[in-house]
Amino acid sequence: MRRQIVGRGVPLPGNDIDTDRIIPARYLKSVTFEGLGEHVFGDERKAVPEHPFNRPQFQGASILIAGQNFGCGSSREHAPLALQHWGVAGIVAGSYGEIFFGNCTANGIPCLVAEPSDVDWLLREVERHPGQALELDVERREVRFMGRTIPARIPEGARNQLVTGSWNAMSVLLDAGEAIERTARALPYIAGY
Amino acid sequence: MAETLLDKIWRAHTVRTLPSGQTQLLIGLHLVHEVTSPQAYQMLKEAGVRVRMPERTFATIDHIIPTAADRQQRPFADELAEEMTVHLVRNTKESGVPLFDLDSGRQGIVHVIGPELGLTQPGMTIACGDSHTSTHGAVGALAFGIGTTQVRDILATQCLAMAKPRIRQVRVEGSLTPGVYAKDVTLWIIHVLGVKGGVGYAYEYAGPAIERMTMEERLTVCNMSIEGGARFGYINPDQTTFDYLRGRPYAPEGAAFDRAVSWWRSMATDAGASFDDVARIDGASIQPVVTWGINPGQSVGVSDRIPDPREVPEEDRPTWHEALQFMGFRAGQPIAGTKVDVAFVGSCTNGRLSDLRAAAEIARGRKVARGVRALIVPGSQQVARAAEAEGLHAVFQEAGFQWRKAGCSMCLGMNEDKLQGREISASSSNRNFKGRQGSPTGRTLLMSPAMVAAAAIAGAVIDVREMLR
Ligand code: SF4
Repeated sequence: MRRQIVGRGVPLPGNDIDTDRIIPARYLKSVTFEGLGEHVFGDERKAVPEHPFNRPQFQGASILIAGQNFGCGSSREHAPLALQHWGVAGIVAGSYGEIFFGNCTANGIPCLVAEPSDVDWLLREVERHPGQALELDVERREVRFMGRTIPARIPEGARNQLVTGSWNAMSVLLDAGEAIERTARALPYIAGY
Repeated sequence: MAETLLDKIWRAHTVRTLPSGQTQLLIGLHLVHEVTSPQAYQMLKEAGVRVRMPERTFATIDHIIPTAADRQQRPFADELAEEMTVHLVRNTKESGVPLFDLDSGRQGIVHVIGPELGLTQPGMTIACGDSHTSTHGAVGALAFGIGTTQVRDILATQCLAMAKPRIRQVRVEGSLTPGVYAKDVTLWIIHVLGVKGGVGYAYEYAGPAIERMTMEERLTVCNMSIEGGARFGYINPDQTTFDYLRGRPYAPEGAAFDRAVSWWRSMATDAGASFDDVARIDGASIQPVVTWGINPGQSVGVSDRIPDPREVPEEDRPTWHEALQFMGFRAGQPIAGTKVDVAFVGSCTNGRLSDLRAAAEIARGRKVARGVRALIVPGSQQVARAAEAEGLHAVFQEAGFQWRKAGCSMCLGMNEDKLQGREISASSSNRNFKGRQGSPTGRTLLMSPAMVAAAAIAGAVIDVREMLR
């Protein structure tokens, strides 16, 4: 279950950060998801030594603060997994790429949305207080930091899955049993035109 | 009540409403490739669950395969590519899923082969572990990209847990002017509506300029929906759709085809259906488009200048500065005249026969500029054969372009086709993200295939209309 996540934050300013940047395609050349954590933001961390994921004060952080449209682009599930392997357990951002959002939920990583001004405040304050823990409250839809409570949003379906621990959709979908075949047989392109 | 195609397909494929409030949606066609499927098969194995409807999944190999003719012998020189191929072959074989392998004559980019084989049909739900699955919406299907866990979910249950998107009709009014292609239309839609404008929406493309498009042009438009944030993009099925599908290997035949057509027609959006939003774009105002930045919305008309960050909304400014810095461009600089090192025609956006014809029309009788590496990569083996039958390969080769085998190639640089260092590429693909074409510092300018061919010949970005006789 993912009702609340408590941990230190790592601020990642910037909008439209795509999944190619989170994990470049050449690290996808594998038949497993192993070893992704060390390559998260691989190219950027090499190019920019002061990248937040490199800085000592943010090592061990578990709540990522990001801007608008975070995780846009490619559907690669390697992206949320690379973040998770690095230590990210929850995200607060202005908005998300839709497939990335679904991939995070499927791996038990809550993605909360906050107002742009609140995201800016979090980016600034987490930068200033890297040692302080945030509370990401999925159940109550809020983020708490430094005595402030910020309202946050998450679609009801994802919230339900996270707080009840049912984000593994496969077992829920299997429960439909024969109804799956019945629905299929009612479709002309499956039954035969 | 008047309904949209989205409403009708959603209802026909609903198995039930889940406790979470999401819909359990049946997936009529599932496509897989080598990058996002091996882990899904592994998860399935660990859960001890079998593939539920293997006849509703089809596989191809596209992302990692070498495209140089003398590099396609198995085992591939690249050990990781070979390992991924071995896994795909084994997984599909063990689960009874058909694979369009290199020796099938039908291998190619997943979003090119689906429509060309007639697997992709109106009224279907279609999913693939690939964000450009929206391409298939061009025939009037609800098609969308998914992650690897969801690939597992479909293999196990033929279903997904989904929330129904909102719907925006994107109308392209009027007609396009000569030298303006479907790629320019889709890039301009993204320019106008923004790279995140479509988040939470399905885009229904409509209007006279869309209705007049051929099926291949429609595929190009729907392909880039995701670049505008929309996970789904579709065009209502019409006579163009039916004419395109007739006679394709997996399309129904004879009387069954006619019965299919009447069902397909019934799935189109009803007159008077309402949308959550409607956007209108004047087709006549679109000129050839070129991206100058690090996301597909950062673009200008070819005769325009790279805008000054002060001209853009405040919230977008940091990205604009970052883009200018990464690209090494100046605000106010004209995009035309930008020198290019590489030219790439291919990808699921623009790797079809009509794209190669448009590029060949420019290449015919001309020469690639000295120092430019120019690649033509057909989207599928069938596209390659059709192009060769018309002699397009010879046109390209005489002009100094390399004629390659089918695959994703330099769209994402997972095979040997990569940018080197800070090279600039004129590319008919769909993403100009940092590092996308295989070099962390490589730079990508997205444009239509004809514009790419023109850039290859001029050695720099040039308005293709100057070359069209
Ligand atoms: S051509 Fe490019 S965008 Fe299309 S499927 Fe291949 S890698 Fe993805």
